Amino acid sequence: MGRYVIRRLLQMIPVFIGTTFLIFVMVYALGDPVAALFGDRAPDPATAAQIRKDLNLDKPLVTQYLLYMGKIFTGDFGTAFNGQSVTELMGTAFPITLRLTIVAIVIEMLVGVFLGVVSGLRRGGGVDTSVLVLTLVVISVPTFVSGSLLQYLLGVKWKVIDPAVSPEAPLNELIVPGIVLALISLAYVTRLTRTSVAENARADYIRTALAKGLPRRRIITRHLLRNSLIPVVTFLGADVGALMGGAIVTERIFNIQGVGFQLYQGTLRQNSPTVVGFVTILVIVFLIANLLVDLLYAVLDPRIRYA
Amino acid sequence: MPDPVNPNLDPMSHTGPGGAMDMAMTEGTSLEGTSPEATDPREKPRSLWNDAWRDLRRNPIFIISSLLILFLVFISIWPGSIATGNPLSCDLIHSQDGPTKGHWFGFDNQGCDVYTRTVYGARASVTVGVCATAGVAVLGSVLGGLAGFFGGWWDGVLSRITDIFFGIPILLGGLVFLSVVKGGSVWPVVGFIVLLGWPQIARISRGAVLTVKQNDYVQAARALGASNTRMLVRHVMPNAIAPVIVVSMIALGTFIALEATLSYLGVGLKPPTVSWGIDISAASTLIRNAPHMLLYPAAALSITVLAFIMLGDAVRDALDPKLR
Repeated sequence: MGRYVIRRLLQMIPVFIGTTFLIFVMVYALGDPVAALFGDRAPDPATAAQIRKDLNLDKPLVTQYLLYMGKIFTGDFGTAFNGQSVTELMGTAFPITLRLTIVAIVIEMLVGVFLGVVSGLRRGGGVDTSVLVLTLVVISVPTFVSGSLLQYLLGVKWKVIDPAVSPEAPLNELIVPGIVLALISLAYVTRLTRTSVAENARADYIRTALAKGLPRRRIITRHLLRNSLIPVVTFLGADVGALMGGAIVTERIFNIQGVGFQLYQGTLRQNSPTVVGFVTILVIVFLIANLLVDLLYAVLDPRIRYA
Repeated sequence: MPDPVNPNLDPMSHTGPGGAMDMAMTEGTSLEGTSPEATDPREKPRSLWNDAWRDLRRNPIFIISSLLILFLVFISIWPGSIATGNPLSCDLIHSQDGPTKGHWFGFDNQGCDVYTRTVYGARASVTVGVCATAGVAVLGSVLGGLAGFFGGWWDGVLSRITDIFFGIPILLGGLVFLSVVKGGSVWPVVGFIVLLGWPQIARISRGAVLTVKQNDYVQAARALGASNTRMLVRHVMPNAIAPVIVVSMIALGTFIALEATLSYLGVGLKPPTVSWGIDISAASTLIRNAPHMLLYPAAALSITVLAFIMLGDAVRDALDPKLR
């Protein structure tokens, strides 16, 4: 186990370098961070050259990247467009997005697994068919459409919630945005659970459990669910990336000042330190989430041993 | 050791896809006691594609979704045939007006006819979806297939590259990439999706080729002295292409949704390109005054994505009987 974790952590290093370098190239080589500082006005050539020198932009790209990464590891992420340090922005943004993502994951796991088990056990029945159709429809409606609609219906028309979340973003205001963020993944979780429950329900060990007279509830929770959750857990690892992307849209709709909001502002204003800094942290989060998912396997399936 | 009586060595099965999927297919159909075809003694082996087509023709989901898609392709080529107006000729006097006679969907903020814009918006979505999927499928299956077939250094490099590309959530990458590559037409969006989307197909195609490569008929062809090109083109490719097609079809729907989301965020397509994403973005800020502005483009977008995902689902079920 320990050796497995160390090997996985070592494998992460080239992926981390590759991913951050790719983003770095996009922002610094394809874009022009200095021109972006001046907005619509053309910068004075001498000033532009001075800024370029100060920000190390006159050096070769690889050198720039190494200098930037060196600064990041000492905790210096640069300055955002509003003069705040990027680290400060992260300090306020990350807890908010973390709360939003947790709400979304809890919703998609609880509702998705429940719907999946119910429809998987009654395969081909009315409940199953309607759940399947419902998931197809949910997958087809993009997050920004469902978000705008729910905001209009719940926030404006029926006045159940505030259309915009307050800057502190307390947990109770994040429930509806969390549902919006979770919707598409929820549909995938439901379908995955359904397929895997339907497959496992025919397995020999379930028949054995039934034959020895175990109560139905115990068979479902201890035997069926534990075996059926493995593909769902795999999905969850990849899903962290989708939720990060979705957070950009959800946070924009509900005016939540989290990571997605800051990243969006950063890209619109072409503020390179904000964009590269936030993306770097998100990549690390994504990689660690996937490592945790792989370790969760061992908990769910004792047959898997890590050498 | 190849079995001398293995049916895969039969020259007939070389013409159609064989291997594990074909075997599973035969079992699946013979269990279907009710269908007349299954009880007939079969003279010649049916290929995977014949079987899949036979299933699809009877699947209502397949029929509905392909009719919808045909309609969408039709109106994206000839939008003028069902919408007579010009999507860019707008009159501010009608700004945010509700539905009236002759303008059933009402007007948007600029006073453009929502119906005309919704019809003309199909072109951008279908173009992005089809072109991006074609690019991703070709690039991914060639690079992944070669890696799976030849192995070696390219296989190792490809695996590292896919790891790196999987590390970037696609919407995040799109926001960053398209905010620096300015354009506003469909081509930067297509280019970006191909750039970030191909590793997914490459991974699938590599896996499929690895499986097919182990089959006896490929080994037999090698033993008979077939060249690499011949083995790839005649034996490996026809048998490994099914999973690539299925994943590409489902991806088509998600690419259309991705384009609309990027346009909504203001980095994808930009006016004067007519796009559902742009119209929804404009409508979402004015939803209190004129909900009809949001409703129609949003419904059109969702139905389009739904049609492509349903088609992919139906084809997957037909090609992979194990999932039934």
